[in-house]
Amino acid sequence: MRQQASIAAKVFIQRDYTNGTLCQFQTKFPSELETRMDKQQFEETVRTLNNLYAEAEKLGSQSFFEGCLACLTAYTVFLCMETHYEKVLKKIAKYIQEQNDKIYAPRGLLLTDPIERGLRVIEITIFEDRSFSR
Amino acid sequence: MHLGESMRECEYSQISTRSSTPMETPYKKRTPKRRKWEAFPGRNKFYCDGRIMMAKQTGVFYLTLVLILVTCGLFFVFDCPFLALQLTPIIPVVGGALFLFVLGTLLRTSFSDPGVLPRATPDEAADLERQIDVANGSTGYRPPPRTKEVVINGQTVKLKYCFTCKIFRPPRASHCSLCDNCVERFDHHCPWVGNCVGRRNYRFFYMFILSLSFLTIFIFAFVITHIILLSHQSGFLNALKYSPASVLEVVVCFFSVWSIVGLSGFHTYLIGSNQTTNEDIKGSWSSKRGKDNYNPYSYGNMFTNCCAALCGPLPPSLIDRRGFVESDAPQLAQPTNGMTMYGATQSQQSHMAATTPLPSS
Repeated sequence: MRQQASIAAKVFIQRDYTNGTLCQFQTKFPSELETRMDKQQFEETVRTLNNLYAEAEKLGSQSFFEGCLACLTAYTVFLCMETHYEKVLKKIAKYIQEQNDKIYAPRGLLLTDPIERGLRVIEITIFEDRSFSR
Repeated sequence: MHLGESMRECEYSQISTRSSTPMETPYKKRTPKRRKWEAFPGRNKFYCDGRIMMAKQTGVFYLTLVLILVTCGLFFVFDCPFLALQLTPIIPVVGGALFLFVLGTLLRTSFSDPGVLPRATPDEAADLERQIDVANGSTGYRPPPRTKEVVINGQTVKLKYCFTCKIFRPPRASHCSLCDNCVERFDHHCPWVGNCVGRRNYRFFYMFILSLSFLTIFIFAFVITHIILLSHQSGFLNALKYSPASVLEVVVCFFSVWSIVGLSGFHTYLIGSNQTTNEDIKGSWSSKRGKDNYNPYSYGNMFTNCCAALCGPLPPSLIDRRGFVESDAPQLAQPTNGMTMYGATQSQQSHMAATTPLPSS
C-alpha cells in the first residue's frame, strides 16, 4: 500500500549550528506539517534526536579511554570493537524506526534517518493523504 | 515557457549525483549492483572495493613511503647490528616499534575518509534553492552571493553555500579543490600523505608527524653515535667508508628533521588552541582582526583542546562507500514556479546571461 502512495512533498529540517559544529537540528515546526501532526510531538522527536547526537559526540571519560586505548593499539582495536559513536547511531536508528511506526506512519509521514543524508538534514516525506478519498 | 522547461531539465540532469540506473532496461531481471564508491562524484581514488580512499595525485605519497622505508631499512641492516652489540639491543626494538607506529599512522591517514560531506540530493538542493529565493526575492539573473550568518558562542560566523555540493557548508568545513569535496573541519590537503586532512583523520596525521619526528631524531642520533664509535676504533674517514649507508641516513634525517619537527610544533600549537591550518592561515580568530575576536570552538584550556582533538569520539564516515547504489527513489513533482534561473550554477548563469537576450520590459 505504501508503494502506491505518491509523495506530496518533502520537508527538510536543517542543522542548527548555534552550538558550534555539534550535530543538532532545528526544532522549528515546519508549516507543511501543521495539518498533519502535533507541534509538541514533532519538537519532542527532534529534541530527543538532538540529545542522542550530543551523547554520541560527548567528551566524556568513556570516549577518552576509548581514544587512548585505540591509540595504544595503533587503532587496530576498532577491527573488533564498535566505536561509541557507532553504538549511539544504532540507538538513533532504532528510535527513528519506533517513531515512524508509532507516530509518523499513521499520519502518512516518514522520517529518514539523517545519517542517510550525511547528517545534513532530517528529511520528512509527506505522502498524499488518501484517507479523505472515499 | 519552453525555455523554462528545457532549463529545468538541464538543471536536474546537472545536479544528479547518481549515474544512470538500471531503470532504463526494465526487461533485465537482475542488474549488477554497484557500490556507492563507484558512483562517487568527487575526484578520489578507491581501492580494495571501496575500503581505501585517497586523493587523485598520489605520487608524493609513494615518495614519502619510499623515503621512510629505505632510511629505516638501511638503519636496521647497517647500523643496528653494531649498536645492538656495542650498546644495547633495546635500540633496534625501540626503533622497530617507532617505525611500525609511523607506518601505521601514515597508512591510516592516507587511506581513511577525512570527513567528506556527501553532496545534497536533488530534492534537498531544490528545497534550499526555494528557501534562498524566498529570502532574496526574485531579483533577476545574478542573485547575491549565498551566505548565512550564525552566532556561535557569541561570535558571528558566515556559512558559505557550496555551488558544487549544493549545501551550506557547516562551520569549519571547506571545499577542497583538489579532491572536489567539502570536508568537515578541513585542515589542509597534504600531498605527502596523498589525502585531505580533516575531522576524521586529523589525529592520525598528528600522530604520524609526531612519531616521525621522534623516529627521525632517533635515527639521526644513533647513526651519529655509530659513526663516532667507529671513528674511535678506526678513524673518521675509515668509519665513513666502512658504513656508507650511515652517511645517506644522516643526510636524509638532517634535512627532514627541520621540516617535520617544525610541523609537529605548529600542529601542537593548533591543537592546543583548537584551530585548523585553514583558520590560522586566514587569521580567522586572530586578535588583529578586532578586540572581540576570539575562537568560539576553543574549550578555554589547552588540555581540554588536546583531549578533544586526539581522544574525542571518532565520527563515522558519512559517504557509505561500500553501500549499494539504490534505484532512484521517486522524485517530487517538478516545481512550477520560474525558479530554474537560480537552480543553475554560476557558470551556467553567466553563460545564459551571455547567450539569452534579456526580455524587454
